[in-house]
Amino acid sequence: MLRVVNLGAEVEGTPILDHVNLYIKEGQTYVLFGPNGNGKTSLLMTLIGNPAFKVTYGRIMFKGQDINDMSTDQRVKMGMGISFQNPPKVSGLKLIDMLLNCAKQSGTDPNKIYEYAQMLNMEKFLNRSINVGFSGGEVKRSEVLQLLTLNPDLVLFDEPDSGVDLDNISVIGSAMGELLDRKKNKEERKKSGLIITHQGHILDYVDADYGLILYKGMIACMGDPYDMLDEISKKGYEGCVEKCLKGFQNSRRM
Amino acid sequence: MPERIPKLEKDVKEKLEKVGIEMDKEKRSAIFLQVDQNVETSSSFASGIEMIGIKQALEKYDWLHDYFWKVVSKNNDEYTKQVDVAEVNGYFIRALPGIKVNFPVEACLYLKSPKKQKVHNIIIAEESSELNIISGCASHPGLTTGMHLGISEFYIKKNAKLSFTMIHNWENNIEVRPRSAAIVEEGGTYISNYIIMNPVKIVQMYPTVHLNGDNSTAIMSSVIVAMENSIVDTGSRVIIKGKGSSAEILSRAISKGGTIYSRGDIVGESPDARGHLECMGMMLSEQGSIIAIPELEAKHPNVDLSHEAAIGKIAEEEIFYLMSRGFTRDEATAAIVRGFLDIEIKGLPPTLKKKIDEAINLVEKELI
Ligand SMILES: Nc1ncnc2c1ncn2[C@@H]1O[C@H](COP(=O)(O)OP(=O)(O)OP(=O)(O)O)[C@@H](O)[C@H]1O
Ligand SMILES: [Mg+2]
Repeated sequence: MLRVVNLGAEVEGTPILDHVNLYIKEGQTYVLFGPNGNGKTSLLMTLIGNPAFKVTYGRIMFKGQDINDMSTDQRVKMGMGISFQNPPKVSGLKLIDMLLNCAKQSGTDPNKIYEYAQMLNMEKFLNRSINVGFSGGEVKRSEVLQLLTLNPDLVLFDEPDSGVDLDNISVIGSAMGELLDRKKNKEERKKSGLIITHQGHILDYVDADYGLILYKGMIACMGDPYDMLDEISKKGYEGCVEKCLKGFQNSRRM
Repeated sequence: MPERIPKLEKDVKEKLEKVGIEMDKEKRSAIFLQVDQNVETSSSFASGIEMIGIKQALEKYDWLHDYFWKVVSKNNDEYTKQVDVAEVNGYFIRALPGIKVNFPVEACLYLKSPKKQKVHNIIIAEESSELNIISGCASHPGLTTGMHLGISEFYIKKNAKLSFTMIHNWENNIEVRPRSAAIVEEGGTYISNYIIMNPVKIVQMYPTVHLNGDNSTAIMSSVIVAMENSIVDTGSRVIIKGKGSSAEILSRAISKGGTIYSRGDIVGESPDARGHLECMGMMLSEQGSIIAIPELEAKHPNVDLSHEAAIGKIAEEEIFYLMSRGFTRDEATAAIVRGFLDIEIKGLPPTLKKKIDEAINLVEKELI
């Protein structure tokens, strides 16, 4: 589904990704951990084609195609989708307008929108300007609602669980499970995902396949996401990364 | 266009249709059409709503002379003086006490010849009445020069509610200088909406609302798009004299190469006067300019006045956000501009809301 080869990227002239390699197969969900300001959001922005983030070297292959020259909307039409950590407010643009466009892209029956909105307790927000005056948790639910309607094949989630109370984490988790085919048997899963999380609460609802740590713009560790979360909480990022990097740097120098 | 205005030439009719002037008695409670200085149509289909030419009205009602040149002063400026002439025409609209009608009143002023159009209107919402007026002003296609001078005097009596939605549709060479003012009595509400999105040579106006009564309200909104070579210099002034009265002045200005002066002035003179002024501007072109000039004046310790102004280009971040949901860059830009213009006007009937949306639809393509 997604193959990132030796990717380097910069924002405003500052390098933020350093030789990133990543391979997500159809049906797989990855979790991305990493300290604040180490490039997690930047990686997602580069994947979805935010013009502020420039690829300096390497390649992004999506569904077998090099997408480097594609605009964001073209990538989305090919089947990528993203939920934002901090989406902007757009005054006058109603949530429902955004959802109708998402439905148009995916061929989703517009009547489904209301059903999804109920699922995420967002039906009262449909006619409000998107993100204007939404609480932190409401923004997160609105993001996942838009993804449900857009129904992408590769779903990128940037901290969908940050600042969300436990009841709402279960609501969001259930929607994410739906989006990522987690309710299906392993062999039947078609959707792929990449989830950024700090606390990992969302992993109680979405069983992920692999975990990664992004450290100083590099993928420093890869492993079982639940073990990784455990180690991060015990040793902190520094401790984990130190352990991983030993083997990793040796192998890269070879 | 229904048969009730048969005298109109084809191209006038076409222009009226194009700018969305609605003269169907099924959809309007009263209609009025003035071409240059001549009243072509003036009729009311609703009991309790009067709609006649101002000349006829002044003959019919002696008391009306007390309302004529009362809130707008004759000697205000050179333009008001020019309207103080015998050939002046215009409309008189009145809602009788307690009258509330669903359909709006449509009043249209049409400039066909290259002379100065001189108009004097009086609008009265009697006690506890509710009146909604749409005023469409347009000029003839291809008119090479022309000037519209319009005096409008509004009287909103006790507990009455008047909404006045003015949609301007001029052309490159037309100069427009309306002079309007309103008096709002106790518990009354005046809602004014002004929309201009087509080219014009210059529009210059600064209507004033006197909130004389206690607990009276004024909401003045404008949606302005200035195309290349257009100058739109507008704003509203509200003088709050009644206790607990409130004023809101909202504007959305887009320059697509033209110059916009977005003014606003709220004067609080009474206890518990509240006022808010909001002016948002968006630059869609490297040419042109937007100048926001908000003013607040407190003349009593117990007033609460605020203002907010911001001018900028469309945020790249917002365009990218929409593109991440599949909008193309152009679609995203259009949706954001549309959202920007979608001013939330409290107390506006749905028919008028629809009317404003239609006006936005008409120019959307030219904006992007
Ligand atoms: N538009 C930008 N302009 C300048 N610097 C930026 C921009 N976007 C990100 N950065 C910088 O790039 C670095 C990586 O930021 P990024 O948002 O990717 O971190 P993150 O890992 O997602 O952190 P967090 O966990 O806090 O969300 C940071 O130092 C950040 O300040
Ligand atoms: Mg981040």
